[in-house]
Amino acid sequence: MNELIFFVNKVLISGATLGSVYALGAVGVTLIFGILRFAHFAHGDMMTLGAFVAFMLVAVFQSLGIQTPLPTGFIVLPFAMAITAGLALGIDRGFYQPLRAKGVKTVTLLIASVGVTLMMQGVIRLFAGTGTRSFFENETKDLYRFKLPIEGVRRSINFSEPQILVIVTTVIAVIALHFFLTRSRLGKGMRAMADNPSLAQVSGINTAAVVRATWIIAGSLAAMAGTLLALDVILKPDLAFNILLPIFAAAVVGGLGHSYGAIAGGFLIGFAETMSVFNWAVLLRPFKAGLPDWLPNDLSIVPSEYKLTVAFVILVLVLLVRPQGIFKGAST
Amino acid sequence: MIRRDAILFAGLGVLILALAVWLKVPTTIQLLVTASAYALIALGLNVQWGYAGLFNVGVMGFLMVGGASVVFVSYPLNDAFWSSDGPFMLLKAIIAAIAGGLLIWGVTRIPKTGSLKKVRGFLLVVAWAVAYVVYRSQIDPAAVLIEEKAGFVGGLGLHPLFGWAAGGVMAGIIAYVIGKICLGLRSDYLAIATIGISEIIRALIKNMDWLTRGTLTVSPIPWPTPLPADIAAAGMDDATMSVILARSGFLAVTVILIAVIFFFLQRAYNGPWGRMMRAIRDNHVAAGAIGKNVTKRELEIFVLGAILMGIGGAILATYVQILDPSGYQPINHTFIVWVMIIVGGAGNNWGALFGAVFIYIVWTISEPASLVLFSMISDLSEGAGIGAIPDIESRALQMRVFVLGLVITFALRYAPQGMIPERVRTDD
Repeated sequence: MNELIFFVNKVLISGATLGSVYALGAVGVTLIFGILRFAHFAHGDMMTLGAFVAFMLVAVFQSLGIQTPLPTGFIVLPFAMAITAGLALGIDRGFYQPLRAKGVKTVTLLIASVGVTLMMQGVIRLFAGTGTRSFFENETKDLYRFKLPIEGVRRSINFSEPQILVIVTTVIAVIALHFFLTRSRLGKGMRAMADNPSLAQVSGINTAAVVRATWIIAGSLAAMAGTLLALDVILKPDLAFNILLPIFAAAVVGGLGHSYGAIAGGFLIGFAETMSVFNWAVLLRPFKAGLPDWLPNDLSIVPSEYKLTVAFVILVLVLLVRPQGIFKGAST
Repeated sequence: MIRRDAILFAGLGVLILALAVWLKVPTTIQLLVTASAYALIALGLNVQWGYAGLFNVGVMGFLMVGGASVVFVSYPLNDAFWSSDGPFMLLKAIIAAIAGGLLIWGVTRIPKTGSLKKVRGFLLVVAWAVAYVVYRSQIDPAAVLIEEKAGFVGGLGLHPLFGWAAGGVMAGIIAYVIGKICLGLRSDYLAIATIGISEIIRALIKNMDWLTRGTLTVSPIPWPTPLPADIAAAGMDDATMSVILARSGFLAVTVILIAVIFFFLQRAYNGPWGRMMRAIRDNHVAAGAIGKNVTKRELEIFVLGAILMGIGGAILATYVQILDPSGYQPINHTFIVWVMIIVGGAGNNWGALFGAVFIYIVWTISEPASLVLFSMISDLSEGAGIGAIPDIESRALQMRVFVLGLVITFALRYAPQGMIPERVRTDD
């Protein structure tokens, strides 16, 4: 039983946390791909940018002496999301829209997003340096322990406060996104444009408004994901470039352009990463007496240094077996 | 048009001369050597992207393969490894890997139709799992033993030129495998897949301590030409002069290599093969319809480009004499090459050459230039009573990345064809 709780802590809870962050990022990537048809390489840095905006807001709040029961980093989230959405709109206006107006191929937009990611990385490091920061320098990170009322169980199920916040916020964001896409006029317009841009335009859908809405949603979700990740782990300038790759994997696995697929893909990649580095021998420990001697002590599928590569192995497999993703994506 | 190109190259020459005055001659030659390695890499990417339109964002992976190969081939022999059980255990691991590969290959031979088609997928998964377990069961103890007894496997002690060739060959082999899997995907997917694979390669090289010493780094890798210390030992009294001579010798080797490769690439580009590649790039459906084997040709060119990248990566590692897996970053080793060919002109080898040298210079001097700029602003703000900018030096370093991004976005907007754009002869 203790071993099972260890499994829950190590795999299910951290997998759900990681999966939530991936899902939030992948939704942004997939929405941009669905509407504008290019893989947005600057998304990871948009997440970092959002996290740094939140960090600055926390500094402002704390200097004003505002005390909150929840972590301040979480309280400032709506403001950080609004600011990042505004920045995302500005980046689109400054770098992508002029190219779209010239009618370039979508791959040029992809290269432009590489340029944008370099600039953002430069700017973030220029102002913030390369060191790591924590949202919990002046606050404590609460840890919740749930004891199971079973005899002989010593371990407890552990949730840290940021982990609960990440999972709850993601669920709320996903439900909100679902209602936006299915019920609101703009959301339906987005889906229409993802399916067929020219038809959407001749049907009287304001495509410029749809593009703006896409950037606002993608930008605010990126800020949310980045801040929550920084709350859970740590804030550093290259935080998001490392996470960009699993996010792309999640978006592709779910089917690029498919929002629900991105969410599923995010959780799939999150759980796959934690499960593949988990030492499965732990679960066998209660039956140790009955096991043969040659079984090694470490039964993790890959060594933990290779955690990030798991996402890509899954990605490559999906590309080979089902290139359109689990759910059928916008295009292959 | 030719005149414009000549003026651009002349301008580049003037820039280099100005640098020689500002940064002194040894630094300038060092910059040129690195730029020439990048020129080779840029030619490789130009072959892939400019000729065939393959969106490869995994350049870094091929550079690391080149670097690791030159270590394995050219680093002196490690006697502790060869006298231990290491080679025998490694041989067992290689046999295990080959057996696993054969098993997987065997399962893929099961026809997709017929009575076994339902279990084919399942068998394939089982075959992969079995192969992986068998390989891990052999390589893990071998790795532990080698790291314990000998540190790492060491090299073969051959001349670095063999190491460069091995770098090209290894990169080509890996590109073949990647190409088999990923080519045929549309550009966005190919981009994501290649960037992922380059990260996998980085993780492998960083963590396979028994082969590459991982983060402990391997040095010194021998040069193909005499080192400054050798020249000094041969009787050169002036230390600066021996550095200049040694670096010039290295530069001569890379320049000759580039000249030869460049000549053949130009021939290929202007020949029927090049025309076919452009046809595939511009409309692969039409090219397929007139009987060109699109997938095979794309695989061919992907491998060719990767070979050039592997050689370039080997040269980079050889010149700095150290293989440091942590030093490889997508920005410094993938995106900078992209900026080089976008700014220089995709599809034109002269453009790739120009872009490589020009962007490398921009990349190098944007740090000292921003340092000067920041110091001026800092003095101003100090004078105005706001206080100096803290950590000017580490901040100036970050400006390199920013400038790179700025250059590529400007180039895409105002000169999307690059400084020396592709010119297709239409008179024949």
